[in-house]
Amino acid sequence: MAIEIKVPALGESVTEATVGQWFKQPGDAVAADEPLVELETDKVTIEVPAPSAGVLTDIVVPQGGTVAVGAVLGAIDGAGAQAGAAPKAAAAPAAPASPQAQKPEAQPAAAPPAAKPAERAAPAAEPTLAGDGAMPATPAARKIMAEQGLTPAEVPGSGRRGQILKEDATAALARRDAGPAAATAAGSYLPANVPVPGQALRAPTGPNDAAREERLRMTRLRQTIARRLKEAQHTAAMLTTFNDVDMSAIMKLRSDYKELFEKRYHVKLGFMAFFVKACVQALKEVPAVNAEIDGEDVIYKNYYHIGVAVGTERGLVVPVLREADRLSFAEIEQAIGDFGRRAREGKLGIEEMQGGTFTISNGGVYGSLLSTPILNAPQSGILGMHRIEDRAVVRNGQIVARPIMNLALSYDHRLVDGREAVTFLVRVKEFLEDPQRLVLEL
Amino acid sequence: MAGSYDLLVIGTGPGGYVCAIRAAQLGLKVAVIEKRATHGGTCLNIGCIPSKALLHASERYEEARHHLAGMGIEVAPKLNLAGMLAFKDQGVKGNVDGVAFLLKKNKIDVFHGLGTLVAPGRIKVARDGAGPEQLEARHIVIATGSDVARLPGIEIDEESVVSSTGALALPRVPKRLLIIGAGVIGLELGSVWRRLGSEVLTVEYLDRILPGTDAEVARGLQRLLMKQGMSFKLSSKVTQIAKNGAQQKVTIEPAAGGAPIGVEADVVLVAVGRVPYTDGLGLEAVGVQLDNKKRIIVDAHYQTNVPGLYAIGDVIAGPMLAHKAEEEGIAVAETLAGQAGHVNYDAIPNVIYTFPEVATVGKSEEELKAANVAYKIGKYPFTANARAKVNKTTEGFVKILADAASDRILGVHIMAAAASEMIAEATAIMEFGGSAEDLARTCHPHPTLTEAVKEAALAVDKRAIHA
Repeated sequence: MAIEIKVPALGESVTEATVGQWFKQPGDAVAADEPLVELETDKVTIEVPAPSAGVLTDIVVPQGGTVAVGAVLGAIDGAGAQAGAAPKAAAAPAAPASPQAQKPEAQPAAAPPAAKPAERAAPAAEPTLAGDGAMPATPAARKIMAEQGLTPAEVPGSGRRGQILKEDATAALARRDAGPAAATAAGSYLPANVPVPGQALRAPTGPNDAAREERLRMTRLRQTIARRLKEAQHTAAMLTTFNDVDMSAIMKLRSDYKELFEKRYHVKLGFMAFFVKACVQALKEVPAVNAEIDGEDVIYKNYYHIGVAVGTERGLVVPVLREADRLSFAEIEQAIGDFGRRAREGKLGIEEMQGGTFTISNGGVYGSLLSTPILNAPQSGILGMHRIEDRAVVRNGQIVARPIMNLALSYDHRLVDGREAVTFLVRVKEFLEDPQRLVLEL
Repeated sequence: MAGSYDLLVIGTGPGGYVCAIRAAQLGLKVAVIEKRATHGGTCLNIGCIPSKALLHASERYEEARHHLAGMGIEVAPKLNLAGMLAFKDQGVKGNVDGVAFLLKKNKIDVFHGLGTLVAPGRIKVARDGAGPEQLEARHIVIATGSDVARLPGIEIDEESVVSSTGALALPRVPKRLLIIGAGVIGLELGSVWRRLGSEVLTVEYLDRILPGTDAEVARGLQRLLMKQGMSFKLSSKVTQIAKNGAQQKVTIEPAAGGAPIGVEADVVLVAVGRVPYTDGLGLEAVGVQLDNKKRIIVDAHYQTNVPGLYAIGDVIAGPMLAHKAEEEGIAVAETLAGQAGHVNYDAIPNVIYTFPEVATVGKSEEELKAANVAYKIGKYPFTANARAKVNKTTEGFVKILADAASDRILGVHIMAAAASEMIAEATAIMEFGGSAEDLARTCHPHPTLTEAVKEAALAVDKRAIHA
């Protein structure tokens, strides 16, 4: 009764993955949902759990192989488990012994449960973590898992009745952090204020200074942000173009209709809805900014999912306003307010942060004058908003004070030409300076 | 000059000082505000600690009077109440000084005076004999604890009508002590004064003592306390206390209504519970939300509706226990330092320091029935325990409640001479999600009272050896 281990759906726009480390070897007993093998994609690294309890009989694709969604990675003999954890007979180099070899011993499926065997290779047949009466992870392991975002499925438990012990959590963490290649020193989880051994690259500071330093481990979110930002810089040919926008018209529009709008829609009319609308319109006119590179192809997207960067105590997250071209001003304001609230509570779902085609980042709320935002890969454009301040400008030959905001557009020059980037930003400026054009889509 | 901190904790009871120390350990700049002259809050000054000193001393007195002779030790003990109260005060001093030392050791600034919130992140401390101090902090934790609950129409003068505070320092042993409320405080302090010679009558509104505790355990304890000489009047309420010279004329009515009776007492102890203490904190100034019991409402991370303002311990929902407050203090400190902070409310033990003691953790039988959980019971009496037999402390039993399907331990209830020390292993195994069999397969030293815990775990599977 061989059960195939298949590549699961990997999430939006991911069709391929590289096989990472196999945690089990042919002949090993596995429990249901125990992680078997790691798959790396451009977005995430996931672990493929065992579809059922049994014995791993075959590895079809070894580490380093490339697989598509649905491809067969290996096989499990599901009946092996009841027969009491197949002995590591298959540990010989010729690992993938034919599955049939183990079938005979799997036959007595109705055999009475072996009465408390004194010793056993692995607690395979016992429920590990699924179902109700299962043992929870130990208190220390629970804390590590909560802090590091590990799910029980990612951490094989080695305690009595499959309980996840502290050492299991630290081992799972080390495995995840190290990746398949670099096996760093074991036990890489340490309390936040203890230096991590093996990271000796940093030059020592003087004793006076050292006492006044504080070493905190980066949260998982912060590590992901760091890695993704750096990836974007490595991959894209990124540069930034600037412009400024006179906010007078929008500010007047807002003050004219603020109360009516709030009364009608129970949400404040902010600036963001205007920027989202302006960007969507400009993206329609300059499609390259809404496109992405996939290998040797460019994918133009005729839909407009706008990411809105939200700063939280733990770091930056970018929830996505889906189908932003079809949303009303009120719907946009409501959605952004809701994102902000839930982002601060850490309650945004991963799917809500995926699939954006363009991003808006508002550094203005923190008072930024000018900045060069980094792309949210694989997107090709990101708009940076800045603070609004009254500046002396010339209108009709007169020097007058006007509320001005600087705009920045960072773009991937590999597929967006300078002309397109500048045109995009000019169009955004025009829409904002004369919001009537937004209505007329001019 | 205004001080500025990462964390300000108002109140240095068990919740507050533990929170402050943990936060300091994690590198935060911390200060505490305490309105008492000494640290430790109700627990150390007028609660758990002094009552334990008197319970210990009075138990030794009773032992000397009634039990030592049976062991071949002839003594004629004489009570020196002033000496016993001094013993209690020494114990309190040792503990509050210990907290002061720990705060200093962890470089935590201490401000004595009443702390009042003036705005989010800002506190004014009204100090005795000095000008007010303005303090600022990124985070503020309210750990102001609780105060004695009062009854309408009954004035506590702490001499003839006392709260737990007064009952810890009575200058003479009252001939007749009437206690209102058969909860933990009433039973503990009633035990103290009964041992020292008082005639004790406890009046309880409900039809049982120790509401919330497993009913079988509560009934068992009541029987033993009555055997020791305490009297109970259940399903009754005190409606009036009139002074008659040095005597208090107490009017008691059936809870359901009916003819009142009059009882005389020298001292009346009001022990009807405790209420959150938030007076003068300035909660209105910053708009903190309270629930219908005047407790501060907090979210899963102990944050109030005001960002940066947290609350732990007796001022929020949950059992009013020092160790519950401590766990919450740790959780808040760790959350503020970016870690995961969490309290497992399913594994918080509760102890009543009568003789025998009662210690429980997890669910009672009544709670499991109400929740429709199928459970198994393992029970073991101390009459069958070797150590209890030789010590002649065979009163009590261990009762373990386990999930009928998974065998996971859901509740442990111990009535025993040393139940307070024995409940820790049950708590630990519940924290680990252990089963009755796990406990039964854990080796216990012989001869100890803890063997009864193991036997009760075996009894869940109907295979106790010594029964």
